[in-house]
Amino acid sequence: MNHFDLELQALAVHSPPALIPRDASADRAAAPKASSRRPRGGAAVDARGLSKRYGVRGVLNDVDLTIAPGEFVAIVGRSGCGKSTLLRLLAGLEAVDTGQITLDGDARARHQADIRIMFQDARLLPWKRVLDNVALGLDGPDAQERAREALSQVGLSDRASDWPAVLSGGQRQRVALARALVHTPRLLLLDEPLGALDALTRIEMHGLIERLWQRHGFTALLVTHDVTEAVALADRVVLIEDHRIALDERVPLARPRARGAAFDAIEDRVLQRVLSQPGEETPAPAPGIVPLAAWRWAV
Amino acid sequence: MPQTSTSRSDASIDRWVHRASVQRVLPWLFPIVVLSIWQLASQAGWLSTRVLPEPWAVLKAFWTLTLSGEIGKHVATSTWRALVGFGIGGGLGLLLGLLTGTFRAAETLLDSTLQMIRNIPALALIPLVILWFGIDEWAKLFLVALGVFFPIYLNTFHGIRSVDKGLIEMARSYGLSGWKLYTQVILPGSVASILVGVRFSLGLMWVLLIVAETISAQAGIGYMTMNAREFLQTDVVLVGILLYALLGKLADVLAKGLEHWWLRWHPGYQPEART
Repeated sequence: MNHFDLELQALAVHSPPALIPRDASADRAAAPKASSRRPRGGAAVDARGLSKRYGVRGVLNDVDLTIAPGEFVAIVGRSGCGKSTLLRLLAGLEAVDTGQITLDGDARARHQADIRIMFQDARLLPWKRVLDNVALGLDGPDAQERAREALSQVGLSDRASDWPAVLSGGQRQRVALARALVHTPRLLLLDEPLGALDALTRIEMHGLIERLWQRHGFTALLVTHDVTEAVALADRVVLIEDHRIALDERVPLARPRARGAAFDAIEDRVLQRVLSQPGEETPAPAPGIVPLAAWRWAV
Repeated sequence: MPQTSTSRSDASIDRWVHRASVQRVLPWLFPIVVLSIWQLASQAGWLSTRVLPEPWAVLKAFWTLTLSGEIGKHVATSTWRALVGFGIGGGLGLLLGLLTGTFRAAETLLDSTLQMIRNIPALALIPLVILWFGIDEWAKLFLVALGVFFPIYLNTFHGIRSVDKGLIEMARSYGLSGWKLYTQVILPGSVASILVGVRFSLGLMWVLLIVAETISAQAGIGYMTMNAREFLQTDVVLVGILLYALLGKLADVLAKGLEHWWLRWHPGYQPEART
């Protein structure tokens, strides 16, 4: 089965994704401070001949993917096609069977600190207040200050001392976005981060992600099942089908993008391509366990 | 119509019941009624003092024992035993639970042994305990410690194992590992479960202490009640029972307070949810 969020498509006709008045002021206020910390730019990602199997079932088969520094790539495909697995391989959450991944020509593992991931569920630690969640994994005396700055970039400065439990789904994802950005990643991986949000919140988030991407210049890889979302945000839309890349479509539209004939044409082309293949419904793969060096943890 | 008038009076009763001041008094209504009936029954001679002394006599006994300092002495002795036993047993339970929960090797090595011991009722060991420790303090401490060990051990183990895997994965990919991962993610994630074990243990702690103190003691609430039984002082026996109830309630209130402090982030403990 497929979810292409007809709801959102219908809605987006009336409200272009660029329409985000709410966070704009907070964003601008934080801009001079943010510029004091120089953006580190995006990383060039190169994946060659990636394959991954779970038991006897192949999930990815000889996938090649090259992403230029600072490029925004969206991966679409039916559920179970392996698009999330590809992202987890790039994130280092799972080991590749064959093939290799490089960042700026180096092995992926050497750039672990440059890669941050945003999950479908925000995965905030419920026992840490919002600010401490954003500061997770930060060291140094200015950790709190940096977290505060990141929080203001997503327009949530006033919720710094709240528990995650009292936030809405959209606010949680904004906190998760701040938590990722505070590490100034050079590659940001987005694993359907907006999948669980309502249509209006998603449109807001599109604008926020686009603006922060433009400001920080990181390379972005978005996995989504929503073709409209992919076309609205990405420079390139990559379709994964039958465990390999079936379509690699440039989106040569000016930003911020509004819906129009050109937008619709690209969206339609990708959508038709997705729908042309009868879907095979396969269960999502079980997440693997990341080995930890010294002790074998049971958790 | 009769039906609507009933529902209207129901609604007004409902409103009255939900008022804050009434809410505070209401839980005490039932005990007060029972006590009054009991007092009346004793005064009317329907209840023999040998079976059950009147509440007023229990109160008087409580007062005289307090004035003579006897209650203070016994309560202090019992509380000391309870706390030391709880500290030893609970501390070991926590430690071993953390160990077996965290490391597979420790689980393989220890867990099945502990599960076997767990199935032995602590009180079945009394004869052995008396042989080992004689009838002095250590026998009582051992019984209490053994009893409180398992609820805390099991819940700690379970708590560690049921920490959200997604959170651990996230924390690792954000650069946390080792001690940091443990103190910031795994331990806080298992606190709720550990506290369930603590509350359960506190209940068991008093039960075991009562039995331990009735075997052979020179002081303590259990000793006081056993002594009073020999002299048919039913009022003093009831004072002892009352003391156990009060101390048990106190321990539970403390544990609840701990829960409120440690789990203040939990959705169930939010003053009011807002979005």
